[in-house]
Amino acid sequence: MAEFEPVITARWGIEGADTIDGYLEHGGYTALRTALDTDPADLIETVKASGLRGRGGAGFPTGMKWDFIPKGGDAPVYVVVNADEGEPGTFKDRELMERDPHQLLEGIAITAHAVGCRTAYIYMRGEFLFAARQIERAIAEAYDRGYLGRGAAGTDVDIDIVMHRGAGAYICGEETALLDSLEGRRGQPRLRPPFPAVEGLYRSPTVINNVETIATVPHIVERGAEWYSSLGTEKSTGTKIFCLSGRVARPGNYEAPMGTPARVVIDELAGGVPDGKRVKAWTPGGSSTPFLTDEHLDTPLDFESVQAAGSLLGTGAVIVLDETDCVVEAALRFTQFYAHESCGKCTPCREGTWWLTKILRRLEHGGGRLDDLTAMQDIGDNMLFKNFCALGDGAVSPIHSSLKYFRDEYVEHVRVGGCPMEERPVVTAAEAREAGTTGVVELGEVLR
Amino acid sequence: MGVLSDDLRARAEELASRYPVRRSALLPLLYLVQAEQGHVTDEGMHEVAELLDLTTAEVEAVATFYTMFKKAPAGRWLVSVCTNVSCALAGAREVYDRAVADAGEGSREVTTDGLFTVEEVECLGACDQAPVVQVNYCSYARVDPDAVGELIEALRRGEVPEPVAGPKPVEHAATARILAGLGDERG
Ligand SMILES: Cc1cc2nc3c(=O)[nH]c(=O)nc-3n(C[C@H](O)[C@H](O)[C@H](O)COP(=O)(O)O)c2cc1C
Ligand code: FES
Repeated sequence: MAEFEPVITARWGIEGADTIDGYLEHGGYTALRTALDTDPADLIETVKASGLRGRGGAGFPTGMKWDFIPKGGDAPVYVVVNADEGEPGTFKDRELMERDPHQLLEGIAITAHAVGCRTAYIYMRGEFLFAARQIERAIAEAYDRGYLGRGAAGTDVDIDIVMHRGAGAYICGEETALLDSLEGRRGQPRLRPPFPAVEGLYRSPTVINNVETIATVPHIVERGAEWYSSLGTEKSTGTKIFCLSGRVARPGNYEAPMGTPARVVIDELAGGVPDGKRVKAWTPGGSSTPFLTDEHLDTPLDFESVQAAGSLLGTGAVIVLDETDCVVEAALRFTQFYAHESCGKCTPCREGTWWLTKILRRLEHGGGRLDDLTAMQDIGDNMLFKNFCALGDGAVSPIHSSLKYFRDEYVEHVRVGGCPMEERPVVTAAEAREAGTTGVVELGEVLR
Repeated sequence: MGVLSDDLRARAEELASRYPVRRSALLPLLYLVQAEQGHVTDEGMHEVAELLDLTTAEVEAVATFYTMFKKAPAGRWLVSVCTNVSCALAGAREVYDRAVADAGEGSREVTTDGLFTVEEVECLGACDQAPVVQVNYCSYARVDPDAVGELIEALRRGEVPEPVAGPKPVEHAATARILAGLGDERG
């Protein structure tokens, strides 16, 4: 790969950069001072001009989202940072918070100023005990040094940040389920409209952004929109953290410009598939993004190109399966995940994931039939775009894409009456995952 | 007799006052109950409902939705094995089976000595360290079956191995105190 200077991971290798002194020593909180001296409308314009798009999966333009917040209303405006990272294969937000917590806080403070927010919340995944500790400590340090609280950074702007922990539910990463959870409810998605920008937390205008998105903001303020948009591609500007896992020699987080080809990311950054094996299937952005194959390895990893190739950039979580891995089994394990995490509110998602699990299980373990493949395709069709949120759509991704590219492998499963792969992943998992959806089982308990 | 002591009730008030709407403190308060009682009990839920002016049914509906609230007694050490795909590719299934076996009788609920609960969990956001095992939400990286066996043996001997980052785990109930938002006072 050509020479490239990391942006949001630049301080990862620096000892002590996770403390406020280390952060200040390495350029921290200068962007906040600049931002607090800048008119909020100009900040929004800058972020718009930078082309920054959300890193939580959907790629919505960040500046535009901020601009949706009604100006001059009476209701308080809230900023909520989505730190619930749970998409299988994704582990960038956790590392961003563990290694450079102040970068996130600085981004939050700038965002808060831009949209006129006095109190911001970080919705932290409950299982992230260490990331939460780092953030809590950083918040205390930032208050102590006057970067947060009344008169932040010596100005007349007041900014508070409150960290709030979840309690184990993937669905709470979905922005409206997150809001319900933060309000002390079951994490179930809301009907839209109204969108959170109009009626979000406590029915007030709310900006919700991903950790990586917000962590980028200080750099844009400091170095300018033009600099940022010169990185990456025309429509997918900037850099992205790619999370490499599965069959690669060096799994890990790698920051690279948007539009870096998958082959470069997998082979050059992550060291390629071990033992000279071939890439069989890979996800560009986590389990909710359709599988691609070795024929797609030249796809540039940016929003447009990945979509043109038939998948989605999602969170940039590249999970690699090699030629010895069983795609049916991987699809089964992902589907068990969705069945377990479906909140149960919408019938197509709740029932569809449950039936898909049953079918995939018998295909993998014996008893599968050829018409199961048609049934899976149909169930997927009946789930797509028919739910309050996109969890159900994500669940269809491994189904439809595996049927599309690996139909022969399914047929072979039917023919031999189980898994034909000699050396297959042991994904048989999940007695616990048998339990069905959280919604159904738990609701049953409540109603008992 | 209340579940929460006077001191904890005061802390609960403090937690509730962090939010413009008190109900937002529901998850933190359920963690507080878990810290006091080891799991989320009926009396605990009842008390939280009173504190936040909710019905017990509303509190139960929430408590049962989230996997980190334990509705039955849990072991002192909650061993969570990720078996999602990236971990599975690295052999998580055998890690889970080994953990269940080595922790001993009843480990899927709680072992008879009260030491362990073993659970299978979804992606823990650390797939580069697959297979990942957490003990009371502190992560251990690249844990093969022998390593999980050693981890369990060490805990049984009263030794707590260093996790991959941050301080060592504390017991399950004490962890719930941290999760409630009362501060992480580990070394
Ligand atoms: C089922 C589901 C789970 C999600 N989980 C997360 C998550 O863990 N973190 C996240 O930032 N976004 C997640 N999202 C996307 C959010 O709904 C939302 O689009 C995002 O937080 C917006 O931030 P951004 O514009 O900065 O990307 C999820 C969406 C769905 C449908
Ligand atoms: S799959 Fe196990 S941590 Fe992500």
